[in-house]
Amino acid sequence: MTTAKPLLTINHLFTSFRIKDTYYDAIDDVNLTVNENEVLAIVGESGCGKSTLATSIVGLHPEGNTKVIGEILYQNENLVNYSEAKLNKIRGNDIGFIFQDPLSALNPLMRIGDQIEEGLVFHTKLEKEERKERVHNLLDQVGIINPERVARQFPHQLSGGMRQRVMIAIAIACKPRVIIADEPTTALDVTIQAQILDLLLELQQETNAGILLITHDLGVVAEVATRVAVMYAGQVVEVATVEELFSNPKHPYTRSLLNSIPQTERDHDRLQVIKGMVPTLTKMPRVGCRFAARIPWIQAEEHEAEPQMHEVAPGHFVRCTCWQNFHFEEEKGGFEL
Amino acid sequence: MWKTVVRRFLIMIPQLFVLSLLIFILAKMMPGDPFTGLITPDTDPNRIEELRELAGLNDPWYIQYMHWIANIFQGDFGDSYTFKVSVASLIGDRGMNTLWLSLVSVILTYLIAIPLGVIAGRYQNTLRDKSIVLYSFISYAIPTFVLALIFLYIFGYQLQWFPTSGTVDVSHDKDSWGYFWSKVYHLILPAVTYAFLATTGIIQYLRSEIIDSQTQDYVKTARSKGIPMKKVYTRHIFRNSLLPIAAFLGFSITGILGGSVFIETIFGFPGMGQLFIQSISARDYSVITTLIMLYGFLALLGSLLSDIILSIVDPRIRIE
Repeated sequence: MTTAKPLLTINHLFTSFRIKDTYYDAIDDVNLTVNENEVLAIVGESGCGKSTLATSIVGLHPEGNTKVIGEILYQNENLVNYSEAKLNKIRGNDIGFIFQDPLSALNPLMRIGDQIEEGLVFHTKLEKEERKERVHNLLDQVGIINPERVARQFPHQLSGGMRQRVMIAIAIACKPRVIIADEPTTALDVTIQAQILDLLLELQQETNAGILLITHDLGVVAEVATRVAVMYAGQVVEVATVEELFSNPKHPYTRSLLNSIPQTERDHDRLQVIKGMVPTLTKMPRVGCRFAARIPWIQAEEHEAEPQMHEVAPGHFVRCTCWQNFHFEEEKGGFEL
Repeated sequence: MWKTVVRRFLIMIPQLFVLSLLIFILAKMMPGDPFTGLITPDTDPNRIEELRELAGLNDPWYIQYMHWIANIFQGDFGDSYTFKVSVASLIGDRGMNTLWLSLVSVILTYLIAIPLGVIAGRYQNTLRDKSIVLYSFISYAIPTFVLALIFLYIFGYQLQWFPTSGTVDVSHDKDSWGYFWSKVYHLILPAVTYAFLATTGIIQYLRSEIIDSQTQDYVKTARSKGIPMKKVYTRHIFRNSLLPIAAFLGFSITGILGGSVFIETIFGFPGMGQLFIQSISARDYSVITTLIMLYGFLALLGSLLSDIILSIVDPRIRIE
């Protein structure tokens, strides 16, 4: 970690959704920082709160039944307290968004050019002609050949990879300082995935933007991330640089995730899995280590009563103490079979 | 696109052929024939037999069918036994009345339903939404004839704002503005009654479409660009929500060309629906068969019209 300049700092963030008359925390005390020119990856299974975290940052969650408490500092201002009108000045202009499925994330009835131009109308003082030109430049920048033609097309006329390029063009239209990419490559096939990730990194080099990359694909993380935060059941359980996390994973959840990546020399007939699933919002345990239920062979004493983040190496934080004597179920405590 | 339209019209030919065959056989299977009503106890049976022979009623059914079809192709749909005029001119007059009523009704329906549906969806679960939903439930629950009678009583007889029957005031000179306005004036009450009831479906549909669209990913994208919510609604949510309604337009135009029996009967409006019921009770076969053929054709036309409208408003659908 060199001298990092924080762009976005999240302190003690709680996001809760209303189900019937009770609010349930989907994000529970998250602390994270996105620095300039880095890719912070957030990994975890479905339902861990990754996407909720992303939408919480600029208040994109459904209105009415969501509550966000805490601090999201951008340029020393807390976005949590921002009104809708003030947030609209930040959205798209300072913080750009890339969504998972570029087909459903683009309006099927609007021409590509118009969809990219929309943000420019509200955030810049460019004239119509200048905006058109800007749109063509953006399309060119994201590697689309023949931008004039594509700008006049509709989303369904493009391939999946092209659509995601268009999404990226929308996200970077106003040169945002932070780009939040929510599973940007999940809906794409592997060769296109690599192209899109390369494009993201390339664009980042030009603007020094900070990228918050949300994914469940550890392969993607290894490829592009600078730092990684592992989330489980609404909490961050481990934060480390990408090298540290892959070479020296600590938290049982991180280790289980890494263990479940298929390896040809080991997995001949069975894949490694993490037994059980992420508890739903209403059934989530609110006390103790949230991962305890999925590693029942670990003694209760190993867990902290109120799991905290501990710095185990410079810049490497782990929640709870259960990692210290953790072993996989098929291993006997301490030594491998 | 024009190629498709022509092709769809060509496909209609076998469809209408099957329909005509069915109608003809069913009509033949019904008891009695056009002479049944004319027979008195002292009619000479030999005379009836003679007339049957003359009218071709003793020919095998397929020969009769061929005659019927051949006549239809020449624009001759036979004569109405009860009205004693040609079916073509009878339906022509009634059809024009119903056409105007349908047009005004459909326009009114959409004019009322679209804003209400949009407001209900936009402000879901607020007082505004709840009142609109209540209105749509009430209009759904009231039978047509009850509402028609209530409107007729209040606005026709009590307040005397509108005429209570007919399509035009005969004192006006044809081709004059007065004649035209008189026609419109006579249309208003039946059209409003129709619209009041027909809005329900569209309001409910539009409302749920808008609520559904709000959660779509492209709406999230639009919001992530920092566009004010008002613009998100007008540019993204409304347009997408209106698609299915637009597609339905074709059906509703041709659908109500069939006429509304209740409304036409209660408002004494000589239209197609009224004619249909009258000819069924009078066993006026030539009118019935022609009307059913026409309804079949309208249904097919409606589906084609809906496809064309949808292909215009939705870029994903191109009929080629």
